[in-house]
Amino acid sequence: MTNTAGQPRKRLTMHQRQNLVGWLFLLPATILIIWLSFYPMFRALLISLMKGKPTALTFSDPLFRNYQRMMQDKVFIQSLINTFTYLIIQVPIMLVLAMIFASLLNRHDLKFKGLFRTCIFLPCATALVSYSIIFRTLFAYDGMINAMLMNMHILKEPVNWLNSPNTAKAVIIIALIWRWTGYNMVFYLAAMQSIDYSVYESARIDGASATTQLFRITIPLLKPIILVTAIMSTNGTLQLYDESVNLTQGGPANATITMSHYIYNTTFISNPNFGYAAAMSFVVLILVAILSVIQMKVGDKR
Amino acid sequence: MREGAFKKYFKRTMTYLFLIVVSFLSVFPIYWCFVSASNTTAEILGGKLLPGSHLQENLTNLFAQADVLTAFKNSTVNTLVVLVLSLTVCSIAGYGFEVYHDKAKDRVMGLLMLSMMVPFVAILVPMFQLFSNLGLMNKTMGFVLPSISTPFLIMLFRNNARTFPKEIIEAARMDGVGELKIFLTMFVPTMRPTYAAAATITFMNTWNAYLWPRVIFKQNSAITMPMLVSNLMGGYVIDYGVVMAGVTICTLPTVIIFFILQKSFTEAIAGSVK
Repeated sequence: MTNTAGQPRKRLTMHQRQNLVGWLFLLPATILIIWLSFYPMFRALLISLMKGKPTALTFSDPLFRNYQRMMQDKVFIQSLINTFTYLIIQVPIMLVLAMIFASLLNRHDLKFKGLFRTCIFLPCATALVSYSIIFRTLFAYDGMINAMLMNMHILKEPVNWLNSPNTAKAVIIIALIWRWTGYNMVFYLAAMQSIDYSVYESARIDGASATTQLFRITIPLLKPIILVTAIMSTNGTLQLYDESVNLTQGGPANATITMSHYIYNTTFISNPNFGYAAAMSFVVLILVAILSVIQMKVGDKR
Repeated sequence: MREGAFKKYFKRTMTYLFLIVVSFLSVFPIYWCFVSASNTTAEILGGKLLPGSHLQENLTNLFAQADVLTAFKNSTVNTLVVLVLSLTVCSIAGYGFEVYHDKAKDRVMGLLMLSMMVPFVAILVPMFQLFSNLGLMNKTMGFVLPSISTPFLIMLFRNNARTFPKEIIEAARMDGVGELKIFLTMFVPTMRPTYAAAATITFMNTWNAYLWPRVIFKQNSAITMPMLVSNLMGGYVIDYGVVMAGVTICTLPTVIIFFILQKSFTEAIAGSVK
């Protein structure tokens, strides 16, 4: 082999070699995600068309029986309503609060900024199970919230927070707002810090109020991040599980049960029904996809 | 003019007041939980806000009631294994997606990012089947496997790999340094802040995980801290002092990590926004 013929071939192989190394670097992560995320997703679709005991699954007849059953399942419909109640009330309140906190903390003349940020962000460090139990204890019938409100003469007699449908839902929503507002605030704060502060200063000189600055400068510039947080929160809310189990145990009478909680119960508790659980979980998947697409479309237009 | 100054002063005061109230409300439940670990049930429910003298008693009862040492050890081992594997797999993938990127790899990246949209509960049933068939129930590996490769970490490492100068890689290649060696000896040390950020997020998520451990760990010997804490609320008579001691033990590690690595945690979030 002559030297002139060998040279270009060697270069090509070096490039190919790099390309191959690149693929090798991606391989473990890619295989794991395909194996433990996408493959189970298709299996879930298949299982959702089946019936019978977990050990002896057969295709149900008619094929979509599990999906038909959902329409008549009062608990499923209740869990769907509950989950959407949390979504519709909690997510907007939380994102608005996060935006307000972030814009207050973004002021350059504010003192103790770091301290405030740490405090508001701190709830993020608690496990979902932990904070659920803390809130359950705080809002217990003979618990501290009742004792405090009665001491302050706001209440005459204790409220049974966790045992009536509306207040139990309210406690879950309050707990969720407590846990996640700081998390979203940090996203907004990070994005706000990339906006040149002189924009705000010149707006102030032009006489723009804080509210005008928020609506005319901050929110339009933060649109992509708002979209990201909205999608994340929606996704998270549709998967609520730890709170439903540990704060209210789904009760009273399924008034606070979430879809994930009901799916877990259907999968593992009393008469496990894998087919039906898979069908319900596929509905969650579709809802997440639909809501994400809607939000992206809305986010695009504005 | 004077009135304007007053209004400005008033507004400033209100801002501080508002932030103080919000900060107080954010910290209070955690403070109250820690304090309650040293109080009796009656004191906790009655709203005692200061540390008491029953810490030792609550801890003794807690350790008698539940296998805290096992749960703490399990949670620690699970978390450390996930940390090592997840940071290795995701960082090398993020580096790969950025440094060797071409059309095909970008498409794979897009596909992996789509998996962010797959809710875990949606794959609960097939995952349970898969892992019991593989004999991974009650095994550390069973818990660890699904947590290793996460789209969020891959994205974080890829976005941060962009700041790593390509010239350095080219120069090293000229000197005949191998591709893996470039990654290990040049990329890893310079990206220490990104690794810290990824570690914080992974630590929080893994330590606090509840749904998947509950599915995969059926034996008492495999129980994790959040599972143990959840079980404490199961009895007919609940000793809230014991419960709060348990919650405190479960929460302290993440709160400590939060304070040590808060800066990198915030940076991680900022990095994912880029």
